[in-house]
Amino acid sequence: MKALQLKSRRFRAEREGDWRRLESLLARVEGRSAAGLSDEELLAIPVLYRATLSSLSVARATSLDHALIDYLESLSTRAYFFVYGTRAGIGTRLGRFFRETWPAAVRGLWRETLVSLAITIAAAVVGYILVSGDPSWFGGMVGEGLASGRDPTATTAFLRHTLYDDGGKQAPLALLATYLFSHNAQIAIFAFALGFAFCLPTAFLLAQNGLMLGAFFALFVSHGLGFELGGWIFIHGVTELFAIILGGAAGFRIGWRVAFPGDRTRLDAAAEAGRAAAPVVAGVVLMLVVAGLLEGFARQLIQNDWARYAIAISSLIIWTGYFYLPRRTGPRAPILSGSGRAA
Amino acid sequence: MTVVGSTPAPAPTPAPAAGQFREFVTPEGVDLRLRVGAAGERAAAFLLDAVFIVTTLVVFVLLVGFAGAALASLGVEELRNGLGSAVFIVWLLGFFFLRNFYFVFFELSARAATPGKRILGLRVAARDGGRLTSEAVFARNAMREIEVFLPLTFLLASGAAGDDPVAGWVMLLGILWTGGFALFPLFNRDRLRVGDFVAGTWVVKSPREKLTIDLLDAQETAQGGFVFTADQAGAYGIKELHVLEDVLRRKDAKTMAAVAERIRAKIAWRVQSGETDASFLSAYYAALRGRLETRLLFGHRRKDKFDKA
Repeated sequence: MKALQLKSRRFRAEREGDWRRLESLLARVEGRSAAGLSDEELLAIPVLYRATLSSLSVARATSLDHALIDYLESLSTRAYFFVYGTRAGIGTRLGRFFRETWPAAVRGLWRETLVSLAITIAAAVVGYILVSGDPSWFGGMVGEGLASGRDPTATTAFLRHTLYDDGGKQAPLALLATYLFSHNAQIAIFAFALGFAFCLPTAFLLAQNGLMLGAFFALFVSHGLGFELGGWIFIHGVTELFAIILGGAAGFRIGWRVAFPGDRTRLDAAAEAGRAAAPVVAGVVLMLVVAGLLEGFARQLIQNDWARYAIAISSLIIWTGYFYLPRRTGPRAPILSGSGRAA
Repeated sequence: MTVVGSTPAPAPTPAPAAGQFREFVTPEGVDLRLRVGAAGERAAAFLLDAVFIVTTLVVFVLLVGFAGAALASLGVEELRNGLGSAVFIVWLLGFFFLRNFYFVFFELSARAATPGKRILGLRVAARDGGRLTSEAVFARNAMREIEVFLPLTFLLASGAAGDDPVAGWVMLLGILWTGGFALFPLFNRDRLRVGDFVAGTWVVKSPREKLTIDLLDAQETAQGGFVFTADQAGAYGIKELHVLEDVLRRKDAKTMAAVAERIRAKIAWRVQSGETDASFLSAYYAALRGRLETRLLFGHRRKDKFDKA
């Protein structure tokens, strides 16, 4: 009969019901979603969670039943993750992403974006000058597969033909768009991840991209097709290059903060950089969907240079306006450091 | 919502045992003592997920392929071309989304774990105790590009390098470099991979313990007129009590006999008629726990039998 007087035992007998109730509610929530619970049950979870936490504290201080403490720890942990976890619906989250998170994150990376842009432009200029001076550089900058006949030995007629007819036999446009999107998006995600290796591989990727651009321009300008090539590239290139530059910028942010964490620990600095840069990359994937559609459909269907330029310029205006125009809505607009200065 | 803050954690953290527990203080000020997922578990979870992804892709391609073939046999030329590209588009998109969003999708769900992690009892959590944001989940999975796909690319390319010695060395360097990313979790205490490092997350155990019976209940039903003196009941400390608890829960006859033997010797117990090892141990457990818990209420936490407190 002595056992009944043990406080730890009475304690367990009194609280066990609450624990079991919390356990069964959690099992239902984890099984499907919070939608399966009534309001009353949903509201009960935080209360039961706090009761269980307090039980855990008491048990640690007074009970020597090891299995009981393990159980309470595991139950509290599960409840903790539910209570403090994210429960916003996918719609709300997407809305927030487009309204605030994405543009704010892009603004937050303005310094890195300028660096990416500078690298791309510098590489393009170098590529242009080198190939204009000596066409044999072309092979070194543009792979054979990508060039597919568009090299210094090609005739003007052939080059013009590639800008408008797209090789005569029509690859299905949707297929082309899909392929371009998934290929480019993979590269953008890759550029972001590579930033972790202290920025250098990302810079290399951007430079390679710029050199290729410059080399193509040099080639087509030498045949008097510079203006036409501009239309052909920029109709989707504004969106695509912008996306790649942003992907590179996200990589730079991470690499730079890992290399030079400042007055924080490397771990904290990296985590902060990762969270600041991730929405940019997620957005880049979306931009590349748009770029893929423009490249796969619009470029094939629109053959007029001026129309192509019009689309290019309006896409530039739309993207820069969306990202960089200061906005009044959303009381919490400047979430990320640096966004205030950029805006 | 930062967690480490206002309320100081209650002090009695019983020595960071074994190095696998991590302090994790909730906003209410209670330390949940999380356990970090071991490298082996993490690898196993990833392999499972890889298997799931590949299986899904194969099944998916077979289905689309069969459907395409069935429709194409209808014989309309235009239709066939359209179908061919449709199949290919579906494949391209399926591959892209599985590769990039399989992990993101599952880790954003309520359990914050992919099926592989769920099977191994793991989940993703923010290291600072805050919410696991979608940014963090996206970042940790985007990093997989350099942790998995880059090393894989080098490995595959090294096979293609052939006899060219320069290419061979380049490949070797590449494999070493990218291997560093892949093996990153082995070089830090919390088994963070590059993605965890960048996203501020970690992967912790989330076991589902069942509430077992209180051993005191068992003792009560067993009955028996065991009476221990204060000295006998106080021969051991908390550590030994927990060992005894494990022994009783496991119910292995051989171990119980050995343990009962040792305890009887230690407390100079005279065996009574009709006394079994199980009933003796369970009665002694009740007595020991009763004594230690009573002392605990007065602030004496006797760690083990060598502790004179």
